[in-house]
Amino acid sequence: MVGLLDRRLLFVTGKGGVGKTTVAAALALHAAEHGRRTLLCEVDAKGDVAAYLETGPTSFAAREVQPSLWVMSMDTEASLREYLRLNLRIPVVGRIGPLAKAFDFVATAAPGVREILTVGKFCYEVRERHYDLVVVDAPATGHIVGQLSAPQAINELVKVGLIRSQTDWMLDILSDPATTGVAIVTTPEEMPVNETIELAGRVAAETTVQLASVIVNRVLPELFGRSEEEVFTELCRPEVSAELGRLVQGDASPVLDAARLAVTLRRTRAAHLERLRAGIDPAVPMLYLPFLFTRLHGLRTIRQVARSLGEELGS
Amino acid sequence: MATRRGRAPDHRGASLDGLLASKEIVVACGPGGVGKTTTAAAAAAMAAARIGGKVLVLTVDPARRLANALGLEGIGNTERRVPDAAFVDAGVKPIGELWAAMLDTKESWDALVRLHAPDERTRDEILSNPLYRNISGRFVQSHDYIAMERLFEIHAEGTYDLIVVDTPPTRNALDFLDAPERMAEFFSSRLLRWLIVPYRSKLVNLASRPFYQVADRILGTQFLEDIAQFFILFQSMYGGFVERARAVHRLMADRRTSFIVVSTLEAVPLREAEFFAQALVDRRLHLGAIVLNKVLPDYLRDPTGLVVAQSVRDRADELAAALAPEVGGGDVDQIRRVLTEIGQSYLDYRIVAQREDEQRSELATVPESLVSVPYFETDVYDLAGLLRLGAQLWGPEIA
Repeated sequence: MVGLLDRRLLFVTGKGGVGKTTVAAALALHAAEHGRRTLLCEVDAKGDVAAYLETGPTSFAAREVQPSLWVMSMDTEASLREYLRLNLRIPVVGRIGPLAKAFDFVATAAPGVREILTVGKFCYEVRERHYDLVVVDAPATGHIVGQLSAPQAINELVKVGLIRSQTDWMLDILSDPATTGVAIVTTPEEMPVNETIELAGRVAAETTVQLASVIVNRVLPELFGRSEEEVFTELCRPEVSAELGRLVQGDASPVLDAARLAVTLRRTRAAHLERLRAGIDPAVPMLYLPFLFTRLHGLRTIRQVARSLGEELGS
Repeated sequence: MATRRGRAPDHRGASLDGLLASKEIVVACGPGGVGKTTTAAAAAAMAAARIGGKVLVLTVDPARRLANALGLEGIGNTERRVPDAAFVDAGVKPIGELWAAMLDTKESWDALVRLHAPDERTRDEILSNPLYRNISGRFVQSHDYIAMERLFEIHAEGTYDLIVVDTPPTRNALDFLDAPERMAEFFSSRLLRWLIVPYRSKLVNLASRPFYQVADRILGTQFLEDIAQFFILFQSMYGGFVERARAVHRLMADRRTSFIVVSTLEAVPLREAEFFAQALVDRRLHLGAIVLNKVLPDYLRDPTGLVVAQSVRDRADELAAALAPEVGGGDVDQIRRVLTEIGQSYLDYRIVAQREDEQRSELATVPESLVSVPYFETDVYDLAGLLRLGAQLWGPEIA
């Protein structure tokens, strides 16, 4: 399989709350720091990318926020304008106002129209080679399949017209595993693991895009191995913990309780990790990112995650 | 350990029992991945166990094991009773009945079309229209509307004393609140009429209008006609839909309905939950409670815990030597490593616990009840687990 960041277009998805945006930003940052001209695009314009990278607001027009790293946010109306400008050479911008409104309306009703404008923009950037890599902070698990399968769906629904002919080259880009991939971000918890396994199946069955990686975020550290665990059990005996308390002049039980909680959480999650590994095609590489106790957001976090990704990717 | 950890602290100390006893509909909402489904199921299970009456939990996307526990495996819209035996196995004798149903979006849409279609031919044409199938199956916003619609329908049947609803994960937490209104707007929109007029009247020459010229070049005539055909069919149901959507909206705003916002204390979900709670208040909807899940235990913020943990970590050498005679089978080196690890681990988790506490005290919109539920060591996947969680929601005196 092609290296994760050696592709040209990478969709990063995952269940809400697993750190999808953080991982997408870290992947882009890592690629940019290794000299690849990288575009990071936020699809659900919540402004998280801007906040995480401390860059100020993003817009449809890409902006270079540090060497080799550009950021933008998707705006389907702007994408439509660009599309019309490039493809139909419609000169009268003023007329596009109501047109875009009508389009917005059609897009609400006719599935695939909004998606095709989104995916089309990325495929366009890839085709024109404006960047070495486009990282998409894609919609959450429930929506990504609709987005990735939009060109096919449109191909089936629309028999003639410009869009029909446009979807062909888009499909070429999306279907080439050396060019395009999707990465699913998850955490070692029950629902995210279930959704990841289910989504991996749907990506394979309903889209032409290759699953490039599963990235497991917030993996808790292992406190100790088996023989050390026996030592820990001994330490928890009332006489021993009382003695420990005397030695440190305080109650040792909160520290022992916390360690037990940490062990249990880690163990519960390890079981979900095993289930995940068993449910995903063994050919799909999995990357593991540690739980960050210190901070969860901001540029510093993105840098830490990018470094962990670099270690996992061996670069 | 569970008993020693006890209940995570509340700032208001209130619980959910009063809310569940007095309301007919309780809607659990909030960001994804915070245990919304489990919280809704736990609240319903407790209401059935402690308050009595017929309680229904209408759920959207339960984890497989939870669906199994509720007897929902492979079941669509049909409501099923959770057998009393399941409660007895969990060590509880329920006063009332717990029923469960899952939301099947496609099935619910079809039912709605059957309800509103003016005649059989229109009904069949809509049900077999490719755009309709796309919309009912995949169109994401349709889930939001259909969940509320289905709730309205069940409530109108008058079968249950309490209905607890889990809301679908949405891109934007407000989507489902606005869904009925948007659905009504959609059908009464002038734009919709404008779009389909040329297809209704053969007199209008499409090619004469710039919009259609452009649209035609992009989408193709056939597709435009498919869209128009679909809307023409759907417009026949206009009156019924709009009226229904308004009725659904009224039910949401009714005093018998309350909302529970579920979140964790992580920054991103909490920010979303807070925004949502404020939106409920702004819309004059009843914000009954905020439930905070997966809260780390209090002892992690204990000031003496900090000192002890630091000593355990920093004096591990000396402590290991002193404890070695009492620790059977462990060599000093191993004991030292274990002490260093557990001291550090406490300090790590302490940072998270403190951050959570800060987040909680910064909550701007605080409803009558603010309930904190501690981290459970294992996932909740059976009725016993739901009742254990329910007891936390309920308040300590009964738990």
